[in-house]
Amino acid sequence: MSFLAVNQISHLFFNKNGTTQALDSVSFSMKEGEFVSLLGPSGCGKSTLLNIVAGLIKQTEGNVLLKGEPLHDQDHKIGYMLQQDYLFPWKTILDNVLLGPQISKVRNEEIELEACHLLDEVGLPDVSSKYPHSLSGGMRQRAALVRTLINEPEILLLDEPFSALDYFTKLKLEDLVAKILKTYKKTAILVTHDIGEAISMSDRIIVMDRQPGKIHQIFDMPIELRDERPFMCRRHPKYQMVFDKVWGSMNEIESAAKGGGT
Amino acid sequence: MKQNRDVLWDEYQTQLKKEKKLVFGWQIAIFAAFFILWETASRMYWIDPLLFSSPSSIFELLRHRLMNGSMFVHIKVTLFETVLGFVIGTMAGILIASLLWGSKRLSRILDPYLVILNAMPKVALGPIIIVAFGPGYFSIIAMGAMVSVIITALVVYSAFREADPNYERVLKSFGATRWQVFKEAVFPSTLPAIISTFKVNVGLAWVGVIVGEFLVSRQGLGYLIIYGFQVFDFTLVMSSLILIAIFAAIMFKLVERLEKWLIRHSA
Repeated sequence: MSFLAVNQISHLFFNKNGTTQALDSVSFSMKEGEFVSLLGPSGCGKSTLLNIVAGLIKQTEGNVLLKGEPLHDQDHKIGYMLQQDYLFPWKTILDNVLLGPQISKVRNEEIELEACHLLDEVGLPDVSSKYPHSLSGGMRQRAALVRTLINEPEILLLDEPFSALDYFTKLKLEDLVAKILKTYKKTAILVTHDIGEAISMSDRIIVMDRQPGKIHQIFDMPIELRDERPFMCRRHPKYQMVFDKVWGSMNEIESAAKGGGT
Repeated sequence: MKQNRDVLWDEYQTQLKKEKKLVFGWQIAIFAAFFILWETASRMYWIDPLLFSSPSSIFELLRHRLMNGSMFVHIKVTLFETVLGFVIGTMAGILIASLLWGSKRLSRILDPYLVILNAMPKVALGPIIIVAFGPGYFSIIAMGAMVSVIITALVVYSAFREADPNYERVLKSFGATRWQVFKEAVFPSTLPAIISTFKVNVGLAWVGVIVGEFLVSRQGLGYLIIYGFQVFDFTLVMSSLILIAIFAAIMFKLVERLEKWLIRHSA
């Protein structure tokens, strides 16, 4: 039995002008500790799929099973990281990080210590009483990572969490996130536009086609790349080869879209 | 270089001080010129002193009435009504906005009514309020609150709606209830917008209270204006106006302080 199973997910959006099909029978499954990236052009339904897995929107058809059980929103076993950190500017870093425990009313000293420990681990010692505006973008995103991890989610959903950062910070953060996920054996889904990021971080890449969003092609990463940290991955001899394959796949989607007259 | 820097810095400072002095000087000059011109015009009968009074007779009246204490009760009553009208109007407005945010359907249903109530000149409801609440403080406080409540509700509600939905998304991923989303994200993120309605509402509360006192009252600065008008004592009218100007300015400044304090302690 797989850890996460996404079965035949289809989704329709309704508005005044009619309906749009965002997803068309998307299915895939993941093992525990696996890292999967969703790659594809804008409008291919990646973020919609992520929102469905997170339970933030209800799919029109299909189901999502976590360890064989359907997901309920009351489990909150899902951690979410967004494009921007969305740290609350009026709360200190510690209060921000402990938002999850506070919401579920389980905040206590033990968990505060755990938070400080995690902040240390991501390289943010001595910031717990500071406010977000005094931190750089990379530091804030690391604090947001801790805010997600403190709830011990079963799955992490990363919605382009590095896209708003400068290149240098982005590469460093990719390494950090990869390391943390490995250490805590977390299962993760990453949505990204960046082919390099997908290759260097994932065990598997799902390339999606648009209108409606569906799976175009799936790439399993070579074993040599999987265990390497993202920065070293980009310098690995096999990296370019995988990059070309994924690039080719993305190109097919684009030319098909043009050929279809859209 | 170091010395040069200090010299330039001193020059800059003197420049700033000079500008400040100049502005203050002009402010004093305008103030003095206005009252001197008024006094002279009144004494030379360029204007009718019976209608427009004069600074000296206003000063004399204020001195006399403040000395024997007969002015304080009016000041007290009006300030009490205005502060209460302001607080009630603002609070009720925020409460209504919160309810509207709590139920999208309610806000859709109430939308046309709010638009009409907002467009309506609230002081026109004065007589009805007086009939409903009786001729006393209640009616006047209600007038003070009425003037600001709907506009506060609309402004605060639209601020609530513009709160970044991604904060809500973060909270929901932690399983937050709608009340928690409101308490943790929507309300604090719109606090600056809420506070900025305070300044507007202070002015509005004065309008409501003074009109209320015009309509029905036996005490208060608005009452003195109407009373003075009826017995043709324009010195009394002018004195009340000057007191209103002073106290309205003080209240505005206090709210401004409160605003700064709140923003500092919430950000």
